[in-house]
Amino acid sequence: MDWLNAIVQGILVGGLYAMFAAGLSLIFGVMRLVNIAHGDLIILASYLAWAIVHATGLHPLASLIIVVPLMAGFGYALQRGILNRTLGKDILPPLLVTFGLSVILQNGLLEYFTADSRKLDAGFLETSSFPLLPGINIGVLPLLMFVSAVAIIAGLQFLFYRTSLGRAFRATSDDTEIAQLMGLDNKKVYAWAMALCLAVVAIAGVFLAIRSNFDPFMGPGRLIFGFEAVIIGGLGNLWGTLVGGVILGVAQGLGAQVDPGYQLLAGHVTFLLVLAFRPTGLYPRVSG
Amino acid sequence: MPLSDEWLKIENLQSYYGDFQALHGVSLTLKKGDVISLIGSNGAGKSTLLKSICGLVSQKTGSITWKGEDILKFPASEIVKRGIALVPEGRRLFPSLSVEENLVLGGQVARPGPWSLSSVYGLFPILSEKKTAPSTSLSGGQQQMVAIGRALMSNPDLILLDELSLGLAPIVIKDIYELLPRITASGMSAILVEQDVTRALGAASHFICMQEGRVSLEGTPMGFTRDQISAAYFGT
Amino acid sequence: MNTITRSTRLSKVAGVISVVLVAALIAVPWWAVASTEHLLAEFCIYLALASLWNLLAGYTGLVSVGQQAYVGLGGYVLFTCSVFLGLHPILSILLAGLAAALVAVPVAALVFRLQGAYFAIGTWVVAEVFRLSFAQMTALGGGSGYSLPVPIIKMLGDAKPVREANIYWISLALGIGALALVYTLLRSKIGLALTAIRDSEIASSSLGVKIDRIKYAVYIAVAALTSMVGCIIFLQKLRISPDAAFSVNDWTAFVIFIVVIGGIGTIEGPILGTIIYFLLREYLANLGSIYLMILGALAIVIMLTAPKGIWGYISKRWNIALFPVGYRINFKD
Repeated sequence: MDWLNAIVQGILVGGLYAMFAAGLSLIFGVMRLVNIAHGDLIILASYLAWAIVHATGLHPLASLIIVVPLMAGFGYALQRGILNRTLGKDILPPLLVTFGLSVILQNGLLEYFTADSRKLDAGFLETSSFPLLPGINIGVLPLLMFVSAVAIIAGLQFLFYRTSLGRAFRATSDDTEIAQLMGLDNKKVYAWAMALCLAVVAIAGVFLAIRSNFDPFMGPGRLIFGFEAVIIGGLGNLWGTLVGGVILGVAQGLGAQVDPGYQLLAGHVTFLLVLAFRPTGLYPRVSG
Repeated sequence: MPLSDEWLKIENLQSYYGDFQALHGVSLTLKKGDVISLIGSNGAGKSTLLKSICGLVSQKTGSITWKGEDILKFPASEIVKRGIALVPEGRRLFPSLSVEENLVLGGQVARPGPWSLSSVYGLFPILSEKKTAPSTSLSGGQQQMVAIGRALMSNPDLILLDELSLGLAPIVIKDIYELLPRITASGMSAILVEQDVTRALGAASHFICMQEGRVSLEGTPMGFTRDQISAAYFGT
Repeated sequence: MNTITRSTRLSKVAGVISVVLVAALIAVPWWAVASTEHLLAEFCIYLALASLWNLLAGYTGLVSVGQQAYVGLGGYVLFTCSVFLGLHPILSILLAGLAAALVAVPVAALVFRLQGAYFAIGTWVVAEVFRLSFAQMTALGGGSGYSLPVPIIKMLGDAKPVREANIYWISLALGIGALALVYTLLRSKIGLALTAIRDSEIASSSLGVKIDRIKYAVYIAVAALTSMVGCIIFLQKLRISPDAAFSVNDWTAFVIFIVVIGGIGTIEGPILGTIIYFLLREYLANLGSIYLMILGALAIVIMLTAPKGIWGYISKRWNIALFPVGYRINFKD
């Protein structure tokens, strides 16, 4: 029963990993950018939520009303101010600029918030659970996290394939030059994509802060989880990121069941196995 | 200043790709309703001229005036809003968009005019049957229709048509050229790049022959003999 | 008449100066105080890491964020060979290079499946796997680490100054060795091919398969040398732990900053970058995290305004090169 429990809890945590991954997948899909600072931005959102909760006494989830638009605005500005200038044929500038950004964010958070680990308290949300089977309890928070992940991915999927913004994303990704002939300013389209990505990052950051302790140096680890979920699921497939996140969560859960020291290792090894045997991921994007 | 009917005026245009200079001082004037054919051998600079007009080539000097406004430094996304649309060489539809989404995106700039989804489907009835199909699943001729329709959706005053017949069967080319007068009937101007000189001269009121990034001959198709045109074309 | 040459008067002067400089550096243990010697050893270590990373990222386009995997692996091979086999440290260093080359073969087969930036994160995952795996090895001290036994240390000399001089010379050899490797490689046909793929897409597609093999070879060679540098790092520290051995900040982040600031894709860049890095560290390190933020911001500004770094700016502005790897045309009227 412990094993089954580990799997169930792993699936639920997978939702959080899918949230880490969805934003990465989105901006890679639109502008082929891999943001090394993605994880640090998640942690930035956690700290923002923490600061807001401590200043206003809002419930952590209510802080989303402020954190989401704040992060989205930051994403828009970041893309227009810095990242747009790095895009081109050469992969080095975006990579190295976001790497620098990652270091700045980590040390900025360290400077302002110290290295002490923090956590958001969501009250009964965290403590409530209900039994699914004898011996297996589902926590309300993990369930909410998973449902939110599904909702976010469904929402992104809808936006991508059913709205004019999504059409602009796809057209710009297909052929930047011709998209400009349709009156689309690709720099603005990219900025909207980054804004959307950081809105998702904001939600992920708040859930992360409720679920566990966080400190300024947790970003790279979250980047890696998100990245692994993207690759396991298959590049460019939003629902694939959910599957990837779940597989990663279950692998970690089972690893931890064997020995707590194997938790992260089991996730990484699963990723490497997928890379070895299914290098395009489980659900590669079918090109038209 | 009252709006003259000289809509597009290009003077001494020099365009570059990096260190490579593709246009060496091109000038041309286009009036409302003109259909100009651009002829010349491969590499003469025809496509570069079209791309320079619509803003896809940004490294350029000289002047490009559109309806009295200097658009030389405008980005492509602004130029289309002022009524210049390009049907690019090779069609370049958006593969991840359906036929109708390609057309709708073309109409994104929302200029007023006769062209809408229904009038484009009226011009190319086959497209309305395929509107939900991925654009890449269409035949070459149908893709060319989507590309033309996509440009028309912005209700341009000037449409730039780059190598419409490239890779298409002769019968399809004939069909498409027969539709051209219906497109320009509303007073829309056009600049046409075409390899087939006979077809190009037949469809236009004026022609411009280019050679190595310069204009080598221009005028009306009636004004010159085939030998004169051929000399300008090949540079003999 | 126009002529084509490789070297210039400046690069010849630089050649003479570098011979004198190397002689002076070899003699350091006789003329410098211990702290200078120590600093110079560290300088050589970073110079080696930076030159190697530059070869990988700047010339082969393989932007790795996971070179700490090989630094740590080298350190652990050294400790394992010393503790369990009682081998002489210099032998262990050679073995570490060999071991890393062997490990790099399957690792490359895996991470080469990822393109561009995803390759970068993939290499990082591999380094994490190494870190977590070594943390599980209780024989090597698990997560808390292990110290090098005194008898092994004494193999490098009974007296402390002798030992430190030996460590310094090994560091110097690795620093100059890494530079020499990059220099010879770039002057060879391989270097020509690498420059071609970097500068032209057409060239890279026509060279195709051959380029893949070159990339593999460069990745493996860089892994081996990085691992040897890792040995000397932990020979100097005398203690190893997974977190120190596989630190992304110490062995990759700083190295990336050095190369980006100095000039990526140039031989001189890592040298200049290492000098700047040590100067900045000397004067700003007491600012702690703010110092790191300054480094990050500097790297961003340089990447946005002068992508070839400070050396790239200097060499373009005055058309100079200290290491003649390219050809130049001298126009004469």
